[in-house]
Amino acid sequence: MNKRKRTFELKTKPKILSGYTVVGPKEGDGALGEYFDKVLTDDLFGEKTYELAESKMQQEAVKGALKRSGISKEEIDLTVSGDLLNQIYASCFAARELETAFLGLYGACSTFGESLIVASLLINTGMIEKCCCSTSSHFSSAERQYRYPLELGNQRPPTSQWTVTGAGASILSADGDGVSIDKVTIGRVIDFGIDDVNNMGAAMAPAAADTISAFFGESGEKPEDFDMIVTGDLGRYGGELLLKLLYEKNINISKVYHDCGAMIYKPEQQTYQGGSGAGCCNVVFNAFIANKMLKKELKKVLLVPTGALLSKDSPLQGQTIPGIAHAISFRAPE
Amino acid sequence: MDKEQYKQYVKDTAPRSPEVRTLLPAFFVGGLICAIGQAISDLLSLWLKDFEKDQIAALTSAILIFLGALLTGLGVYDKIGKFAGGGSIVPITGFANSIVSPAMEYNREGIFFGVCAKMFTIAGPIIVIGIAVSVLVGIIGMFL
Repeated sequence: MNKRKRTFELKTKPKILSGYTVVGPKEGDGALGEYFDKVLTDDLFGEKTYELAESKMQQEAVKGALKRSGISKEEIDLTVSGDLLNQIYASCFAARELETAFLGLYGACSTFGESLIVASLLINTGMIEKCCCSTSSHFSSAERQYRYPLELGNQRPPTSQWTVTGAGASILSADGDGVSIDKVTIGRVIDFGIDDVNNMGAAMAPAAADTISAFFGESGEKPEDFDMIVTGDLGRYGGELLLKLLYEKNINISKVYHDCGAMIYKPEQQTYQGGSGAGCCNVVFNAFIANKMLKKELKKVLLVPTGALLSKDSPLQGQTIPGIAHAISFRAPE
Repeated sequence: MDKEQYKQYVKDTAPRSPEVRTLLPAFFVGGLICAIGQAISDLLSLWLKDFEKDQIAALTSAILIFLGALLTGLGVYDKIGKFAGGGSIVPITGFANSIVSPAMEYNREGIFFGVCAKMFTIAGPIIVIGIAVSVLVGIIGMFL
């Protein structure tokens, strides 16, 4: 097995200057509704298609984050974005208006973590100063990408999740004030043989356990030092699996453990395991967690965005679902 | 936990559909749709006295297909489906829903490559197997 180190300490401690979130009506009615910057009343957002609506949401998020940070788009060295659509449609089309250097990423629902890692590692080299990280997902565009038409009268199984309609953007900078990125762990692709496309939490939990144990093993940090360890979208059941897998590795995070997907909706919204999608952990982090860190209510947070790396065709071709998770540790401003 | 143990653990512990809460609505809604079909059929035979039995049956199916399509277009059928599951998928109204819903979904990709090409993405296999089996049964029937 490859024993190379995957955890990196960022000596320059890149800062998150600002974040901005745009969500759909259902997320606005959810448990964190009051924290989002912009809640849409219409999830088509005045566009002809859901894909274009998602793209526009990502644009709005970037514009909002830039405005809040007080820097212009001309000062941005690089935009790193991704989403769930084929050819990362929403991100590429949103970047048409940005006129910055652009890297498109795909890590399924873990893309926000991937973008923060790419941006912060580049900033740490000193070659890039200011970077914009954005991701999005949209329930209606994801349904047609991965599942069934919206009007089809079928039932969701209790292990399923609900794709978050949401876009978020963070502006990262080599200097300035804000939450800083301390260490990152790049995830491996892990496949434990789960083949149920309606149980993504179970498919991703082993990857999250692998990354979290690598983070603690390689960084020398301890779970007790963190105020919050939060996964992207394992959902309630996936979260339980993660705690069990970690417990077997003698890592106990249960006291500080949360999941963005399990946090975002209210139980009466009937999303079963909670939210998912590339926008899920982005909007929860930018709207809720980062603000709690700015207020010093949380001092040290480990964010572990999780992704299920299947395509629409791979389950039909008899393949099981590989998962990935990245870890990013944040510190509140001194 | 190794992979095999993990798969077994997930199989044993993953939340399952509550059977009573899903079977009862499926039974009653499915029964209700069939009762409506029977009512339509009875009313038609009272009204159209010179029609043959199989003509009445074809007309009843056409009316139910129309109702399923209409309710899908109005955005109601997916809500019935969420409540009733198999109860509203199995009757012919569910078949109409499975054709109309992708047709609506892919309207934005244009009439030809959107609506026309995609409307059979869900019902296509059922139609193909239905036709294939009927041909097979027909051939067998010829020799009996």
